[in-house]
Amino acid sequence: MLRRLLPLIVFLALGALLFAGIQLSRHENPQALPSPLIGKPAPAFALPNLLASNKLRNADLAGAPYVLNVWGSWCVNCQEEHAVVSAFAARGIVKVVGYNLKDDPADAKRWLAQFGNPYALIMADNDGRAAIDWGIYGAPETYFVDAHGIVRWKFIGPLTDDIIDRQLLPLLPAKQATP
Amino acid sequence: MKRIAFALLLSCASSLAFAMQSQADAPVAFQNAAEEAHFHALTSTLRCVMCQNESLADSQAPIAHDLRREILELMRQGKSDAQIRDFLVARYGEFVLYKPRIEPATWLLWFGPLALFVVGGVSVAFIVHRRARRLHAEAPASESPAESSSIESSEDW
Repeated sequence: MLRRLLPLIVFLALGALLFAGIQLSRHENPQALPSPLIGKPAPAFALPNLLASNKLRNADLAGAPYVLNVWGSWCVNCQEEHAVVSAFAARGIVKVVGYNLKDDPADAKRWLAQFGNPYALIMADNDGRAAIDWGIYGAPETYFVDAHGIVRWKFIGPLTDDIIDRQLLPLLPAKQATP
Repeated sequence: MKRIAFALLLSCASSLAFAMQSQADAPVAFQNAAEEAHFHALTSTLRCVMCQNESLADSQAPIAHDLRREILELMRQGKSDAQIRDFLVARYGEFVLYKPRIEPATWLLWFGPLALFVVGGVSVAFIVHRRARRLHAEAPASESPAESSSIESSEDW
């Protein structure tokens, strides 16, 4: 009996394995790497403020949650997500901080003048060295850091309203999620 | 899905264009041949996080350039290869290692094929041994039709 059923069992086991593979590959962006920073403190940084002459450090952002949005004037997808980021920032749910990656400050300012500046603050990482500590490998990327300075979420690629609603909003503190 | 693939393609293409226009993206300069050989040996075991089918040594993505520069700097600070790998894994995850570490999460990956081989080998040895023994035991009386059919039926799948 077992002998007759064995090929069927092998077939079903193989089918289950392949089906699991299909399910696993249905992830929205299969190339996006999970960040090892999730659940850990945000890296220490001291980066120039793009729109002023001071430096921005972790301490300047401590005490309140913030969304860190990595962008550059050279980045095509950042233009694509700009409207989404602007609309989200305008809702005032959480502070949205810009991370200007490997950009010429003049280009970055021109980009902001052209498309509008959705950010409460912008730090400029001109050589991309501090970005390595964040595990940033391109733009756009978006992080959520909670009030204790712990990285809670990372998204790679252009944000959409759907991703904000489904992934980011549930992470935000309840009292702030209802404006 | 197609949109995402296209967006990724665009982001790769745009970052390549960026790599070409930026003057800061010059190749790293080595002090001597030993350093160069060591650097290439290390970076060819690391994966580029942007264009993921390339090693860090080969990739033209801007992040690969930045990471090469960082790795060379860490090497010059006297960091060991293991420390440099830890540095990258802490920031970009296990994915950057072409050769995954041996730890509980990767036991299946490392030892799974060996386990399959052992299971298969034991099964084959068991079947061969049983069949040989049965043939041996039944050989003197093998003219009986019932027995010969039972041998056939055990063989036919």
